[in-house]
Amino acid sequence: MSEVMLAADGRPLKASLNRALRRQKLRALMLIAPLLIFIMLTFIIPIGQMLFRSVENQIVGDTIPRTVAALADWDAEAEPVPGEDVFSAFAKDMMVAVELKQHTRLGSRLNYEASGLSSLFRKSGRRVDDMGEGYADQFAAVDPAWADPATWVTLMAAPRWVERQAAWDGEGAEPKFILSASITDDLPQTASIYADFARVTQSEDEESPTEETPWNVVYLALFEDLTANPDVQIAGPVGDLVAATVPQLAAFTQEDIRAAFVAADDGWEETRVWKTIQTYSAPYTDGYFLNAIDLQKTPDGVAWQPENEQIYITLFLRTMMMSVLITVSCILLGYPVAWLLANLPARKANMLMILVLLPFWTSLLVRTSAWKVLLQQQGVINDTLVWFGLVADDNRLALINNATGTIIAMTHILLPFMILPLYSVLKTIPPSYLRAAKSLGATNWTAFWRVYFPQSVPGIGAGSILVFIIAIGYYITPEIVGGTKGVFISNRIAYHISTSLNWGLAAALGAILLAMVLLLYWAYDRIVGIDNVKLGG
Amino acid sequence: MSALPPYATTGQRIWYYSFRVIVGLILFFLIAPILIIIPLSFNAENFFTFTPKMLALDPEGYSLKHYRDFFSNQDWIRPLQNSLIIAPFATIISVSLGTLAAIGLSQSHVPFRRAIMAILISPMIVPLIISATGMFFFYSQLGLWMEDSLGLSKSLTGYIKVILAHAALGIPFVIITVTATLVGFDKSLTRAAANMGATPTVTFFRVQMPLILPGVISGGLFAFITSFDEVVVVLFVGAAAQKTLPWQMYTGLREQISPTILAVATVLVAVSVLMLATIEILRRRSERLRGMSPG
Repeated sequence: MSEVMLAADGRPLKASLNRALRRQKLRALMLIAPLLIFIMLTFIIPIGQMLFRSVENQIVGDTIPRTVAALADWDAEAEPVPGEDVFSAFAKDMMVAVELKQHTRLGSRLNYEASGLSSLFRKSGRRVDDMGEGYADQFAAVDPAWADPATWVTLMAAPRWVERQAAWDGEGAEPKFILSASITDDLPQTASIYADFARVTQSEDEESPTEETPWNVVYLALFEDLTANPDVQIAGPVGDLVAATVPQLAAFTQEDIRAAFVAADDGWEETRVWKTIQTYSAPYTDGYFLNAIDLQKTPDGVAWQPENEQIYITLFLRTMMMSVLITVSCILLGYPVAWLLANLPARKANMLMILVLLPFWTSLLVRTSAWKVLLQQQGVINDTLVWFGLVADDNRLALINNATGTIIAMTHILLPFMILPLYSVLKTIPPSYLRAAKSLGATNWTAFWRVYFPQSVPGIGAGSILVFIIAIGYYITPEIVGGTKGVFISNRIAYHISTSLNWGLAAALGAILLAMVLLLYWAYDRIVGIDNVKLGG
Repeated sequence: MSALPPYATTGQRIWYYSFRVIVGLILFFLIAPILIIIPLSFNAENFFTFTPKMLALDPEGYSLKHYRDFFSNQDWIRPLQNSLIIAPFATIISVSLGTLAAIGLSQSHVPFRRAIMAILISPMIVPLIISATGMFFFYSQLGLWMEDSLGLSKSLTGYIKVILAHAALGIPFVIITVTATLVGFDKSLTRAAANMGATPTVTFFRVQMPLILPGVISGGLFAFITSFDEVVVVLFVGAAAQKTLPWQMYTGLREQISPTILAVATVLVAVSVLMLATIEILRRRSERLRGMSPG
């Protein structure tokens, strides 16, 4: 065998070439990297996160975790309204949520699924403060130490937090409250709600748990824990207090939390309300996607929305139908222009091309304003028609704020996107083919239809997909000239983002729209190729 | 089609002329809405149609009052200034990052070229409303972070947010135009430069850049017009302090439409004519340089 070829620096040639290639690849990637990172960070990932909202439903589990856990094995068939344990858990969750001002957000979230829940949550939020007050008073009556914040800190806080808190000089934020490790086993409910109390007191009110008496629901939890486990042995100084309190519990007047909620709003006695909360307690949901296609998730399974709320399938179909109509109009109007441009001598064609390119370069808002002005009842078009006597003065055409307005304006706006790709394809068809067909005896029509037209189909395909992709996601023009009958799915997405604040549904509608566009784009890439996208001729 | 042969029959003659009339009407449909707003913008009355005085070509029917309003009313001047602040910065970011990436993409061995291209082009493909909502959530968080952690003022973060968002939207246009120019670029020129001892930086600025400059400029113009024209994203990402000209026009069109909008539109048409002329000159220049037909 011949010996290994060496490069000038003495390395084997193969290794040297590989190294050069690797370096070249690396350099290319280094040039691309800044932009790629920029687009990924500011565009792709934000859109991904936005679309993720369409399945995300953590708000229920995060806001009322105790209730979700207590509801897990509630069976609506057996008992129409959940038991006292669910209401007690709900009172604690609501107390935290109200302090964090999250109960109204949860109310609006659940209101998308069952109307009335928003006001139910808002009303009850004002009452939850008093729930468990009876227990607070009775504990204080047994021993006033129960009303002393210091007792609670000794009982609940980890020793290291007590040390840190004592060392804290009052400057800056107080050290974050740390729960004692053993108390979670001894008094689980109380420990959990007290930890929430300490956290909220520190973060929202900027007070110290050492100076604040716990919420009433903390006493409710303590009562429940001690009743459930009267023999609990708690180490430390508060242990004796607990031991002394336990025998008194039997004499406590019990509070009816459920009655307190029902007194706030009798909606809490409805099975429907609790079924909705139970149905939507999972961290992920397909509910938004079901809503986006006019279905809804009911406690008994998936069902159609009520007849008068079925709007999205209609809206998707309308968006598709109008986009198809706009695309067809663009083909009909664009083909003759592209043909003439492709068959005129270059100098004349360039002059006419300006008439196509000027609208292409003109601001979208300018063109939309022009149509808004022209299509009005008192606008130039109606005036002209009346002047010619084609339309009676008292019977002017309604050209705007309906589907007609949207189609006229959007056909005008998208026509250049049809003409330009079509023109670049038509230009490549040799005119000699048409002459050959004619000299072989074809009529003008046959020559066009059998010879010229089939060769122009790729251009029609490219232009159509381009126009359709742009049309289907249009927002501004339908919003301005479309009225209520001429709006697209995009307008509904914008409505849900900025007005109704139902972001999950907006994300689900957006995901469906994006899927349709990406599918078409994939087809466009197969037919035309991304690299062949041409701008401005 | 280009010319009627002398032996054409009457039918062919009729078709020939009627076809031209049809195409003429279509071109009229394309251009008329843009041209018609120009005379309307000189209306002396607050109407959106031609008054009898205007039709009689009476000088009293015409006035510059809508233009005076445009250039004296704060409701229009602020947006114009905002647009003129945002668009150039967005263009600079798109052009500098986009040109580098396009040069990288045009190298002969780029792994995952198609996937990278698809990602970089995506801001042009994804419907604007989806981009806008995605950016809405992202930039509101980024804005809070910039205000809290970096201590920037609310107005400055507002501009940064809109500029970055617009830069992302302009990038596909820069990539497409510059890549197209690079297809015709003779790579032996850079090799020759390297051979004569030029560093990669010198090669880039002295050899490659002057040759691809027309593509870079037209990409930049596209990026500029994208930002200058954009309304959906700025509606979602920007605050009232960053109101741009298209935003103000959009508000005007949705709420109380004032005839000043026609004056603004006319000025913008003039801007697009200038842009179109620049692009056309650049295109011809680059075709001449590549030895193609002068057109």
